[in-house]
Amino acid sequence: MSADLREQSAVAGGAGAPGGAGVPGGGGAGGRPPAGGGSSLGRGALLVAEREVMAQVRSKAFVVSTALLLVGILAAIVVGQMLAGRTGGDVRVAVVPQVAAQLAGAEGIETVDVADEAAARAAVTSGDVTAAVLTDSGAAGVRVIVQDSAPGALMTALTVAPDVEVLNPASADEGVRYLITFGFGLVFMASALSFGSTIAQSTVTEKQTRVVELLLAAVPARALLAGKVLGNSVLALGQTAAIAAVAVIGLVVTGQDDVLALVGAPMVWFVVFFAVGFVLLAAMFAAAASLVSRMEDTGPVLTPVMYLVMIPYFLVVFFNDNEVVLRVMSYVPFSAPVGMPVRLFLGDAAWWEPLVALVVLAAAAAGVIAVAARIYERSVLRTGARVRLSQVLGRERVTS
Amino acid sequence: MLELAGVSRSFGDVRALDDVSFTVRRGRLTGFVGGNGAGKTTAMRIILGVLSSDAGTVTLDGQPLDGPTRATFGYMPEERGLYPKMKVAEQLAYLARLHGVDRGAADRRARALLDRLGLGERADDKLETLSLGNQQRAQIAAALVHEPQVLILDEPFSGLDPMAVEVVQGVLTEQASRGVPVLFSSHQLDVVERLCDDLVVIAAGTIRAAGDREELRARFTEPRYVLRVDGDLGWLRDEPGVQVVELAGSEAVVEADPDGAQQVLRAAVARGPVLEFAPVRPRLAEIFREVVRDVPVEGKVAA
Repeated sequence: MSADLREQSAVAGGAGAPGGAGVPGGGGAGGRPPAGGGSSLGRGALLVAEREVMAQVRSKAFVVSTALLLVGILAAIVVGQMLAGRTGGDVRVAVVPQVAAQLAGAEGIETVDVADEAAARAAVTSGDVTAAVLTDSGAAGVRVIVQDSAPGALMTALTVAPDVEVLNPASADEGVRYLITFGFGLVFMASALSFGSTIAQSTVTEKQTRVVELLLAAVPARALLAGKVLGNSVLALGQTAAIAAVAVIGLVVTGQDDVLALVGAPMVWFVVFFAVGFVLLAAMFAAAASLVSRMEDTGPVLTPVMYLVMIPYFLVVFFNDNEVVLRVMSYVPFSAPVGMPVRLFLGDAAWWEPLVALVVLAAAAAGVIAVAARIYERSVLRTGARVRLSQVLGRERVTS
Repeated sequence: MLELAGVSRSFGDVRALDDVSFTVRRGRLTGFVGGNGAGKTTAMRIILGVLSSDAGTVTLDGQPLDGPTRATFGYMPEERGLYPKMKVAEQLAYLARLHGVDRGAADRRARALLDRLGLGERADDKLETLSLGNQQRAQIAAALVHEPQVLILDEPFSGLDPMAVEVVQGVLTEQASRGVPVLFSSHQLDVVERLCDDLVVIAAGTIRAAGDREELRARFTEPRYVLRVDGDLGWLRDEPGVQVVELAGSEAVVEADPDGAQQVLRAAVARGPVLEFAPVRPRLAEIFREVVRDVPVEGKVAA
């Protein structure tokens, strides 16, 4: 340190020492890069992002809640399997004499002998058995009759894939469909709310503890905002990707590969949409939080943003069978991260639709970030009473 | 040399700074004094670029300030604050890195500085677990950790315990002797008086007086002298060319021109031993009152 001191005072003593960008770096140890405006913005943002990520990753609350969340997802998948009739216990299957031998001793199957097709249908309809296996003139030679969905164990037992005759098509995969749409909505809402609040909290804490003035003396407000959004987006995306990974593993392990085939692509789209959608929300959370100076005051300013996060969830839960609502949702930026993957899952979106929605979302995100940066820049140093939006969006009038 | 020239700033209808110009010289401690709302914090924030000015320029050695230059400034805001839940050394290193110091050097400097400020053992504790006095030291460290080229401290002594005041005084003197322009504001005029080389007095957003402390004192010095002898000074009342301001036994304050003063001294020496004879230098508090008193009433707009 003393070497640095001498060096710098020597510089300072020189005639017309520029004291800034022109100061010769100070050698290896004390090196200060002659940063230009642009790169210092990026550098500052990265440093801020790094701090945000480290602060979260090191907090017990974050680690525990993430672990609980992942365990919850796994549990939901197992429960989903049960709801879909994929229980671990033996499946009761009615068999006509001609096919009884074929299924005798099959794993996970309890055969119930019935006389003919009529008796078999009656048994399925009454719920006495989950499925019935009949002879058929088709290629498979057998026909399976089920109430709602074909049990996996039975499908495995029949070495040739049989024709499935569904008696009640409307509710074909109601349970799975509901769980998946619900899942997308819930994951989006939970992640956006928790990381949005983290951003808001971090913004207000910096204002409340006044450390923000120290930060602003070192980096521009934009770098601070960018770093916060970046850091928390990385966290949120990481968590969402982890959820997706756990979901995939869960589906594979519980033998629901068929569901995976259905949700795999939508899940990837979900992660992509989430990444962009969260950046948009994060900027809103940060801008909203910058309007107040104390944690107690965050309620009113965050409520509108919270609604924007919750609405897609409720829409998808209540309207997941309403095509028009879903179509609109899949293009509106705030709900696209939930709406589009659900439509992809349901198979009623053309290949180009997610791309268009993504462009719309990205454009909206860019616009929101620009406005949020303006709000943040102008309000983050104002302490005391809540700053009104009209004060920061109009002509600049920052009070001390 | 840091120089403000014609800096103005309004908040709505309130003119917080009006054509403010002053300099902070290298190697000198410059005290910045003024009442609440006089514009000290606003001026400092403008120097740091945390706030923009409506008019005027801030230059360092003649160069207008830009981002990278400002990043080399050290700042202690009046509103103190660090991250309560972050470890002390870690957040100092973080702040140093924000100022452009690379990771390894930032960490080394943070720890070395904490050692010097007597906080070495608490380096890896969270800030909130430190006593208030130690938190204040950490705050001082935050302004110094990137070895600033310019030091701006807003009320660095307010709320400090006596030990920390000593530390800050030492730091300021040391930084100034490194050739760093140091500007600090304070309400504690006695500290400013003892410490600073130059003085800037601001009231209601305008600079009332600025310059070398001794020059300012001389300018505000009235032709008064204090005289203390071993004996009684009653005879002073009859001395020609002298106005007695105060007289208490063997001690007196008199008003006289330089010749008259020497005359009095000779007379005193002729009567017996003289223990003290000196011009009365006004205390900073008196200068401050003097300078700020003639603030026009309509000028008192900054709350």
